[in-house]
Amino acid sequence: MLLLREIFITEYFSFMKKSYQCLEDNSTNYMKQLTGRFLNSRILLSSLFFLITFSTSVYAQDGDPVKGKALFNTNCAACHTLDKDLTGPALRGVEARLNDEQGLDREWISAWIRNSSAVIKSGDPYAVKIFAEWKNTAMTAMPQLTDADINDILAYTATEKAVPTAAATGTGVSTDASSDSGISNQLILAALVILFVLLAIGLFMVNKTLRRFAKANNVDFVEKEPGKNLWQAFVQNQFLMLVTAIFLLLGSGYFVFGWMMQLGIDQGYQPVQPIHFSHKIHAGDNKIDCKYCHSSARVSKTSGIPALNVCMNCHKSIYEYNGETTAEYNKEFYDAEINKLYAAAGWDDANQEYTGETQAVKWVRIHNLPDFAYFNHSQHVSVAGIECQTCHGPVEEMEIMYQFSPLTMGWCINCHRETNVQVKDNGYYTKIHEELSKKYGVDQLTAAQMGGMECGKCHY
Amino acid sequence: MSSNKKYWKSVEELNPKHSSDVEALKHKEFVQEIPVDEFLGDKETLETSSTTRRDFLKYVGFSTAAASLAACEGPVKRSIPYVVQPDQIIPGVANYYATAIANGYDFASILVKTREGRPIKIENNNLAKTHGNSNARVQASVLDLYDSLRVAGPMKNGEAISWTELESEVAIKLSQLKGGAKDIVLLTQTFASPSTSKLIAEFSENFGNVRHVVYDAISESSALDAFLNKYGERALANYDFSKASTIVSVGADFLGDWQGGGFDASYAKGRIPENGKMSYHVHFESNMTLSGAKADKRVPLKPSEQRIALAKLYGKIAGTSVSGNLPAHVEEAVDKAAADLLKAGSNGVLVSGIQDVNAQAIVLDINERLSSKAFNTTSPIKTRQGDDKAVNKLVADMNSGTIGAIIMCGVNPIYTLPNAAEFAEGLAKTELSLSFTMKEDETAGYVQYVAAAPHYLESWGDVELVKGEFGLMQPAIRPLFDTKQFQEFLMSLNGRLDSYHDYIKENWESNILNGSAWNQALHDGVFSGTSVAVEETVATEEAESDAAVSNVSDAARALASVSSNGMELTLYPMTGMGDGQQANNPWLQEFPDPFSRTTWDNFLSVSETDAKDLGLFLERSNFFNESSHDATGGLNGKYAIVTVNGVSVEVPVIVQPGQAVGSIGLAFGYGRYEGLKSEMQTGVNAYPLYTNFDPVQSVTVEATTGKHEFACVQLHNTLMGRGDIIKETDLKTYNTEDKEVWNPIAVVSLDHKETPVNSPKVDIWDEFDRSIGHHFNMSIDLNACTGCGACVIACHAENNVPVVGKEEIRRSRDMHWLRIDRYYSSEATFEEDNAKKDNISGIGSSMVDFGEMENPALNPQVAFQPIMCQHCNHAPCETVCPVAATSHGRQGQNHMAYNRCVGTRYCANNCPYKVRRFNWFLYNENDEFDFHMNDDLGRMVINPDVTVRSRGVMEKCSMCIQMTQKTVLDAKRDGREVDPNEFKTACSAACSSGAIVFGDINNHDDDIASLKDDKRAYRLLDSVGTKPNVMYQTLVRNTNDE
Repeated sequence: MLLLREIFITEYFSFMKKSYQCLEDNSTNYMKQLTGRFLNSRILLSSLFFLITFSTSVYAQDGDPVKGKALFNTNCAACHTLDKDLTGPALRGVEARLNDEQGLDREWISAWIRNSSAVIKSGDPYAVKIFAEWKNTAMTAMPQLTDADINDILAYTATEKAVPTAAATGTGVSTDASSDSGISNQLILAALVILFVLLAIGLFMVNKTLRRFAKANNVDFVEKEPGKNLWQAFVQNQFLMLVTAIFLLLGSGYFVFGWMMQLGIDQGYQPVQPIHFSHKIHAGDNKIDCKYCHSSARVSKTSGIPALNVCMNCHKSIYEYNGETTAEYNKEFYDAEINKLYAAAGWDDANQEYTGETQAVKWVRIHNLPDFAYFNHSQHVSVAGIECQTCHGPVEEMEIMYQFSPLTMGWCINCHRETNVQVKDNGYYTKIHEELSKKYGVDQLTAAQMGGMECGKCHY
Repeated sequence: MSSNKKYWKSVEELNPKHSSDVEALKHKEFVQEIPVDEFLGDKETLETSSTTRRDFLKYVGFSTAAASLAACEGPVKRSIPYVVQPDQIIPGVANYYATAIANGYDFASILVKTREGRPIKIENNNLAKTHGNSNARVQASVLDLYDSLRVAGPMKNGEAISWTELESEVAIKLSQLKGGAKDIVLLTQTFASPSTSKLIAEFSENFGNVRHVVYDAISESSALDAFLNKYGERALANYDFSKASTIVSVGADFLGDWQGGGFDASYAKGRIPENGKMSYHVHFESNMTLSGAKADKRVPLKPSEQRIALAKLYGKIAGTSVSGNLPAHVEEAVDKAAADLLKAGSNGVLVSGIQDVNAQAIVLDINERLSSKAFNTTSPIKTRQGDDKAVNKLVADMNSGTIGAIIMCGVNPIYTLPNAAEFAEGLAKTELSLSFTMKEDETAGYVQYVAAAPHYLESWGDVELVKGEFGLMQPAIRPLFDTKQFQEFLMSLNGRLDSYHDYIKENWESNILNGSAWNQALHDGVFSGTSVAVEETVATEEAESDAAVSNVSDAARALASVSSNGMELTLYPMTGMGDGQQANNPWLQEFPDPFSRTTWDNFLSVSETDAKDLGLFLERSNFFNESSHDATGGLNGKYAIVTVNGVSVEVPVIVQPGQAVGSIGLAFGYGRYEGLKSEMQTGVNAYPLYTNFDPVQSVTVEATTGKHEFACVQLHNTLMGRGDIIKETDLKTYNTEDKEVWNPIAVVSLDHKETPVNSPKVDIWDEFDRSIGHHFNMSIDLNACTGCGACVIACHAENNVPVVGKEEIRRSRDMHWLRIDRYYSSEATFEEDNAKKDNISGIGSSMVDFGEMENPALNPQVAFQPIMCQHCNHAPCETVCPVAATSHGRQGQNHMAYNRCVGTRYCANNCPYKVRRFNWFLYNENDEFDFHMNDDLGRMVINPDVTVRSRGVMEKCSMCIQMTQKTVLDAKRDGREVDPNEFKTACSAACSSGAIVFGDINNHDDDIASLKDDKRAYRLLDSVGTKPNVMYQTLVRNTNDE
């Protein structure tokens, strides 16, 4: 298994490594080629310099903290948070701090944000100090930010820390709602039962009374002969026996067949995963595109379980969970799961560095197609443009991922029969679709008509 | 002139004594009655048996149900992602890297296909100007990477040690020997590597008394020496056969491994009749070889006569007289060949495989005289550099104690040297012996240190294939074991600490690239530049033997003055096994010899006349006594003891049609017993007979007791009287007559009238319109196919075809999806044969007439016919499947849904081409079939896009539907139409001679569209009306009559 994941070295690889070294030397021309790519994730440092200048709110107030938050999330959040040192320092109240401690003003901060390297080069003592303190990593230059933008961002950094609010309201409501409906159903059922019992008693009473009347009025009341027992009659009637036997056999056959048919179908399979990964939070609450993480679905037969470095793209700066919680899934629970990721990826959150000690995460595979069926994600995702949810269900609502579709051949084929081929703007289909639709006399061909029901298209 | 020749598959068909058996075999699969009575006849036992049939069925039913219920709970499967995903790896998408193989025997620029970082397939590198084609061995080399018996780390006297220890111990020893009286010897394969040469030169400079001896297991030393004498450079003349209109070969199997091989592409180019012209090929040889099989005129003659023939050829061309006696028909053929060559002038070319400096000098001289266009001395081949005399001297010096240290790389002298025992003694006398090897091979047992060498797919390297044409080797996977390259080892001894990659890059940038980009060269895997003068001095011994004569006409006279006595043996490399370094490769072991169609064995090939004289002939009159065939069709052979200079080996015998009388043949590469799984330890080692590196030896042969069981994939069945399987004509007929004459369409009876089979009226099926979308066809050119078998192995690798082993092959249970049938023919026409056969009345007449028909067996014509599933549009297999497991796609492919198959085998019975294969057993993860699919390492080669079949299902060629689907998907994703000639199958991509062409006939720009309408095209057994999607191009022979 391990060998399977062995990476091979190619010239390209060592080329990358080299250029990376060069980058740190700040020397050769590789720097130019690759700057954009690498700087993004590594360099930002300087916001510290924000700290230096002004005393807080006075200046900051003239910006719009709401706009500032948006700008911050776009430009700064990869390396900074308000309250925790990441690649760069924590920034809450940075302007006031810098002003109080270092006497640096907003002008200095702006200069630093737009081009920190220049400030460092100019020999500014605080700039040089802070550069050294942060592992000689310079902050990405942000020349695109206007004064107004910087004002907004600083206004955002100046906001007070919010008091954590008690969550669980939402959950409470939903529980109520569900119990409400439960009670009402039960009530109706109970009422019905009582009604039926009353009816039965009523009938019995009526019968009894009528008999009494009949007796009293001497109506000739014929008592039924103690005829043959129904069961005996049934047993003696061979025709009835035969019919019943056939029905029983057919019926049991039906159920046995139904039971057999669900063997090996894992619809609803919802295993416990080594890390509690909530698709609801990622794809639902945060609206991350499925294919951001499952990127190979566009080009490969497998959708791909994202490598841990993909997780770390975001989780380097998202070290805690601040969204909605429930009693079961509370903040501590989610934070512990994030720490599991850190342990696996070998990320030392305290020191903001990789330890190199990684361990593989052994996810439990949910969607298992048998080996003899070939399925290609890119055909469906890129060519046909099918939404992931079509087969995988409402993933964005799944706290725990489960298998939504049966993944049986009948299910595949049904979809092929019903789904039209996505021919728009696809040069491959132009000619074949025109000719074939004419042959079949339809406007739009289904996948099945295109040949998507031939055995060999999926079984080889 | 008709194309309907008599083809026959085995000599038995022509034998007068057993006509009844052949007839019986034609009508029934087995000659013997199947012994049903044995197990059903005894009523009493059946009745008294405690288990009744009903009970049996109950048990079976119950246990099946129980087993299937027990299997209901699915296992938990894990998905383990990368921690850090390398940016060029996308799971599920293949990456291709250009690299090169240079294992001392096979040299080629290739592409390697990797999936999730695992190399799984070798492809041809079409950018390469030379050696860009892979043969069967190169195709199979990817499996060597995953050999479970590879050396996992360095060892000292059998104990594992670390590389640091090994290096320091060797460095100390070498520093003691430095500048001393005793030599330090590097005994290596041919690297043909500029960087390695430079490295060795530096090493020599460092240590002073270093001798580098290059050793090729199968030597081309005399050709190298002849070239050196004439052109001052130790290399081999290069040939481009596409430029030759007349090719004369005296014992040179240039379509095989002669001088490194790789000439088939250019040869095949000249063999396809275009504008009514194709090359004319005359071949003089002893053994039946691939080149001889393709020749227009093949002259079988003994090796000693080859020498005289070559000398006489020289005499005719140079106008001098050369004495010597040849049989009249050979003499005549030589005269004719000389005249043809002279007539062709610069369009003629002569090659020879005679291992004699004089012979090779004559060849060079004649080609110079002709100023042959096909002959190239300016960019000679560099892939053979071994020097016999230097090796001999080394062995002598080792035994006299003047060798201090010997470091070997890529050689296995204890196995390949004829005087291996001497070499072993010598090894004991050296103070330091070390061998770089991938396996614990024969030599590894005799050296102090075994250094684990990486596979070429784990290594860096460079190679100069022909002068000025370079290839780069890059690793496609991180080393699987604790291995180190020989070159890195030398570098650390030289005190360089960087990697061999850096060394090559530095060397290329300063000496070879001449300003071009390194990354581009690495990407392409090939680079055309100018050759660098290598400062290295390879140990060569002056040609001092009196056999080498400076004057060419003297050389011819010396060549002709041979005396032959007794039987002459020609040693040769077999197509699949080569020099034997890949003996632990089950794909190659199961690869059938192109002629005998034998697997898992080498054998002594003997002509029928000699076999009878020597008592090696198994009587075929009665199939069921001591005979050449078992009742099941398995071939048997007698054993012979072959003795050369007191060295004897016992080998099984096969009667080979076309083997020159008075000569025998035996293949190298078998009989290895170290570092091989027990199943692979097959055959007999021929190297002990390779005295003085001369493949031709005078031998004595005597019959001995015992019967050998061969595993042949052909000879099980007769031809069933179907003479139109291979259509053949000659160039004159082809040029002058209508297609109807030499490539007629079969006629069938419709209302008692002869109607062409392609008429819609005779068809009982409605035609399905396939004109929309893709419609795949494959064309196989019988003229271009050389029978090399690269396609067979490519198919193996691409489609996870299992290896079944010798026992199963003998039971006719081979699994090859693609086989290359070989048909011998007599020179008589089919009609004549038919008439003769029909006229036979009574035993007396059959004795005489079959006797006459036997004569052509002495020198038959040969045709190769690759056969895979023909993907019939009206497939007989599809209609008989009770569960619709095999069905037809609109694109023309005959689909096989393994999970639907219940294993009735009706389809195989109903297939007229016998291309369906049944999984009699589970061939993976089964200790009974201990081949690569039985260990974790070997299974890494499995193509993840193709199902690994289980027991009890039928399988067959899918026309690589996974590849056509991939091509279609790529086009869809790019939103474009599929490009012309973009569709490929594994076999068509591997075919270097261009014989197999695959494509979409609905795309009129595809090559296949024009091939379909070629007048040579015919469909196999078209009279059956199956309408195959595979077509064959009629074989045209150039009889060279005006």
